[in-house]
Amino acid sequence: MNWNWDVIVEYFPRLIDGVWVTLELIFLSGLFGLMLAVPLALMRASQSRWLRLLPFGYIFFFRGTPLLVQIFLIYYGASQFDAVRESVLWPILREPYWCAIIAFTLNTAAYSAELIRGAIQAIPKGELEAADAFGMSRWLKIRRIVLPRAFGIVLPAYGNELILMLKSSSLASTITLLDITGAARTIIARTYTPLEIFATAGVLYLTIAAIMIGCFRLLEMRLNRHQHYKMPTELSAVDPRLSD
Amino acid sequence: MDLLGFGDLLLSGTWVTVKLALTSLAFGLVFGLLGAAAKLSGFWPLRALATLYTTFIRGIPELLLVLTIYFGGSMVLMAIAEQFGYTDYIEISAFAAGVAALSIAFGAYSTEVFRGAIQAIPKGQWESAQALGMTRGKTFFRIILPQVWRLALPGLGNLFQVLLKDTALVSVVGLNDLMRQAYVATGSTKQPFTFYMAAAIIYLGLTVLSTAMTTWMERRADPAARRAAA
Repeated sequence: MNWNWDVIVEYFPRLIDGVWVTLELIFLSGLFGLMLAVPLALMRASQSRWLRLLPFGYIFFFRGTPLLVQIFLIYYGASQFDAVRESVLWPILREPYWCAIIAFTLNTAAYSAELIRGAIQAIPKGELEAADAFGMSRWLKIRRIVLPRAFGIVLPAYGNELILMLKSSSLASTITLLDITGAARTIIARTYTPLEIFATAGVLYLTIAAIMIGCFRLLEMRLNRHQHYKMPTELSAVDPRLSD
Repeated sequence: MDLLGFGDLLLSGTWVTVKLALTSLAFGLVFGLLGAAAKLSGFWPLRALATLYTTFIRGIPELLLVLTIYFGGSMVLMAIAEQFGYTDYIEISAFAAGVAALSIAFGAYSTEVFRGAIQAIPKGQWESAQALGMTRGKTFFRIILPQVWRLALPGLGNLFQVLLKDTALVSVVGLNDLMRQAYVATGSTKQPFTFYMAAAIIYLGLTVLSTAMTTWMERRADPAARRAAA
């Protein structure tokens, strides 16, 4: 067995094309997923029992079943119903690209809704009471206090969720999409050099993950900068009059 | 469960899925314990090796790992066998490739769980064991490991859930697991939604069952909680 560098060099541009597809998939489904997750999380954290129970079935299903089943259920499953095939949605549900995005969106929304719920419940009660004391209405409180605070708290956990999503995006290759894994599989079908190409694909995934982790560190520092603030030890540094 | 005569097929697939998950769990726990031991060792090359292992494996998709081992593993094995003068074709079964990939992935994640659990045990216990004249190895097996089990269980339970769901990936390389049998049934009945939904419900049942098992084991492993419940 000899390691073939030429095949890596020759097909590298193909894999880079795959990188764009992978990034597109995670960006779009991450965005849609977050838009879906926030209202779900607010429902899960609400005072009303019925409102709390409503998203439970959805979250339970999407967290308890493999993503591969969910993708196949949407991509292959939808075509079983004539009503779907004749509806205006069919041009979308026929495309593997949109099916993958729908499946990833629903999946990540279920996971992130639980993360955001945890963050909302971790907000110190005093801050919410302070908002009440200012006479904020419920929506104003959610907009100005609950969501910005929850966002800061959830960030590290959400970073992990995005890394998991990067990894699960490789499942898009099972419904013919040419993401990194999909591109690698088509290249291997032609060249039969699985070790070289899969290793290169693995390095690409690791690089993307490393960049994502770095970005999240920066964002976290910025959003939670109140936690890193250091009180000046010399009082005179605050105000010269306090020097003695 | 009949499902147009494909119920038995799905059940046989479920059995393969369960076998795959449990076998991978057994190997994965061994990898995890070895990884944690390496990460906590005083010998730096071992620590570096373990860090390399957890960083790499946790950063690449499990599907890629399954594909690499299934398609690349036989090439590596054949190259090794050739050194010993064996030149026939060697093929890795989908089940073996699945167990290898899933247990390597489980091992990487559980390394961190075990490391955290071992580090959560107060240093004083190591010191008092030493004062009683126990060697480090004896301390580890008699004092530390029995407690690690209790501390690591919640984390391991979560990882097992992930493992259970990841078994579906092995269907991509042709293992006749639940996912694959649902696909087979779909092929001849043209009712994809029915069969993938049936598979989803079976997976859901399996994850619920494993959660219940973990909760029960957590209760068993924690005498304080057991007494509180009784």
